[in-house]
Amino acid sequence: MSLLYTDEQKALIALVKEMAENEIKPHVQELDEKGECPKDLFKWAFDMGLHMLEIPEEYGGTGLSYETTAMIFEELAKVDAGYAITLVTTFVALRNVILSGTPEQGKYFADIIGKGNFAAFALTEPNAGSDPAALRGTAVKDGDDYILNAAKTFITNGEIAALFVGFFKTDPAAGHKGISAFIVDADAAGITIGKHENKMGLRLSNTTDVTFENVRVPASSMVGPEGSGFKLALNALNLSRAFVATMAVGIMQRALDESVKYAKERKQFGQPIIKFQMVQQMLADMAIKTEASRVLVNNTMRMMDNGSLVRKEGSITKTFVSDCAQEVTSNAVQIFGGYGYSKEYPVEKLMRDCKIFQIFEGANQIQRLTIANELEREYK
Amino acid sequence: MNIVVCVKQVPDTTEIRIDPVKNTLIRQGVPSIMNPFDKNALEEALQLKEQYGGAVTVISMGPEQAKATLREALSMGADKAYLVTDRSFGGSDTYATSYILAKVIEKLGPFDVILGGKQAIDGDTGQTAPSIAEHLGIARLTHVLSIKIEGNKCIVEREIEEGVEIVEAKLPILCTATKETNKPRYATIKGKIDSLKAEIENITLADLPDIDVTKIGLKGSPTRVKSTFTPKRQSCCEMLEIINPRETARMLFGKLADAKIL
Ligand SMILES: Cc1cc2nc3c(=O)[nH]c(=O)nc-3n(C[C@H](O)[C@H](O)[C@H](O)COP(=O)(O)OP(=O)(O)OC[C@H]3O[C@@H](n4cnc5c(N)ncnc54)[C@H](O)[C@@H]3O)c2cc1C
Ligand SMILES: Cc1cc2nc3c(=O)[nH]c(=O)nc-3n(C[C@H](O)[C@H](O)[C@H](O)COP(=O)(O)OP(=O)(O)OC[C@H]3O[C@@H](n4cnc5c(N)ncnc54)[C@H](O)[C@@H]3O)c2cc1C
Repeated sequence: MSLLYTDEQKALIALVKEMAENEIKPHVQELDEKGECPKDLFKWAFDMGLHMLEIPEEYGGTGLSYETTAMIFEELAKVDAGYAITLVTTFVALRNVILSGTPEQGKYFADIIGKGNFAAFALTEPNAGSDPAALRGTAVKDGDDYILNAAKTFITNGEIAALFVGFFKTDPAAGHKGISAFIVDADAAGITIGKHENKMGLRLSNTTDVTFENVRVPASSMVGPEGSGFKLALNALNLSRAFVATMAVGIMQRALDESVKYAKERKQFGQPIIKFQMVQQMLADMAIKTEASRVLVNNTMRMMDNGSLVRKEGSITKTFVSDCAQEVTSNAVQIFGGYGYSKEYPVEKLMRDCKIFQIFEGANQIQRLTIANELEREYK
Repeated sequence: MNIVVCVKQVPDTTEIRIDPVKNTLIRQGVPSIMNPFDKNALEEALQLKEQYGGAVTVISMGPEQAKATLREALSMGADKAYLVTDRSFGGSDTYATSYILAKVIEKLGPFDVILGGKQAIDGDTGQTAPSIAEHLGIARLTHVLSIKIEGNKCIVEREIEEGVEIVEAKLPILCTATKETNKPRYATIKGKIDSLKAEIENITLADLPDIDVTKIGLKGSPTRVKSTFTPKRQSCCEMLEIINPRETARMLFGKLADAKIL
């Protein structure tokens, strides 16, 4: 691997690898088939503190850098990216409440998550995916409360979350400037969880519709000033985009590991297939794309550790890495031949798992729009 | 509740390879790990602490590099760790090792419960922990499955060939753990980070003024290793003549019984 790791980082990566290989990996194939992940299996992650790694110590977290946290999540994603994203979604929601909310809101959120609970981030609606300004969900002031109404869709952790960070229009006429964010307890009256999405990949990750019907929350649960929800969502997405990229690197590394091993074992025409130049080229290209992606992610993480918002860099990273992951995982299946296409072998799952990385946290087309807009500004 | 756990650093035998020419173990590049049964002992100690309060101390006798194993114990939740190390301890057999460890335990104690593994996966004698109890003049219970404390006594379940034995004993007690005792926990991320920075004190000969120096090191060790070798793998096959199925089964049963397999 290409990065310079400190002794501490090496020790943490080894610890997480040991846990994930022993406790999670044996269940992955069956859970992928079923499309679920029991809460019990997250006991390991909660005990270890993987849901609070980069949360500051005053909020009960471990206070790790983004850089080290990313290395740990790459390792977890090698075993299963759906497992990893359940935790990432949780801490990104918490991190954003800490960044944009009051200290009391941060404390409230952190205490609940710290006990071993999940959080969800509810932005997308059926008619507002790439274009969140088109949100229809509303938050209407009523005395000291707000009344929330919205149909949210594709919500990661929807069914298992104890807390939501939800986005609603406080001023429906005002486009994205009319969006405000709220902390909502999952057991609040009026919340219904819809069906669990039967997905192509990332099947250990829970994805559901969440409907808010006249959900009453105190005005004090608004995060940040009224109308600042869109900005908050963008900040949150900057952070989660970088972490999504690190998980894609994990998937790629797994694809490479499996492929090299297989290519050395599988014999055709009287020799291991790794001896064929065309197979060698695929493997070399897989290694090139994986290494380059890892370095790019690492640089973005270090920029975030230094306080940069990585608006452009995060988009570049997520887009490059998730595009590379398609080729790398597809070639893993190619190297395995017919066996790669079979569910008996681990690589077809990697191909299914990694497709979503081009779509969520802002589709790659939208990332390219962002990058181009930033370029236009920079060269003014 | 004061608990001490004896942990030994051993080569990871799952990674051991045999030199095909010399027929000896290749130790170079083999990673060192905490003796697996000592992990069970530590887990038991941590559970006792969680249930009854107190502190868990870990000790290991070995060279400076054994501190890595002590750090692992700290990362899992042990409170204090000491490395027992001195040139004069080198060459100790199980008698001398257990004598030195007993002296260390006396110095750091008093302890209510002393835990160790049922055996080390390299030396494999299973003598050290029970011998510590002998040196200290306290009771020992090997292969424990569970430990319950009631006042100044303990109730212990032991794994024996015929089943499970339930024994009551006075504290202080020495117990050894096996794979069946529990499932050791993983370190937390925070525990791992803290353990890498922890100061680990050395205990040397100078810290044990009342030790009898004729009982330690190579000179104090009654055991002499004459030679070590890799046993030859042998397999032989005997064909039984089929007279009739019943008679052949009877013959087979007889053979297996003679070989003490049945
Ligand atoms: C597994 C999964 C988990 C998810 N988790 C969450 C979650 O936790 N919280 C949450 O709020 N949302 C979540 N989402 C929703 C996700 O963020 C959206 O699916 C994503 O933003 C794309 O929106 P859409 O599906 O409506 O696609 P659309 O916006 O309809 O896009 C369809 C296609 O059109 C392209 N396109 C759209 N606009 C443009 C344009 N202007 N220029 C060029 N091309 C364009 C897109 O790139 C895409 O290829 C999740 C989705 C999935 C599948
Ligand atoms: C440098 C060195 C030189 C040696 N020289 C000799 C020699 O010359 N002659 C000879 O006979 N043997 C020698 N030995 C072997 C030594 O006697 C044994 O390693 C030791 O007594 C433990 O025996 P065992 O491995 O059978 O452990 P077991 O008795 O099987 O171990 C049982 C339990 O005792 C505890 N324990 C054992 N050893 C330690 C330890 N070091 N620290 C803390 N707890 C422990 C652990 O809880 C362990 O699970 C030497 C060992 C070393 C490291």
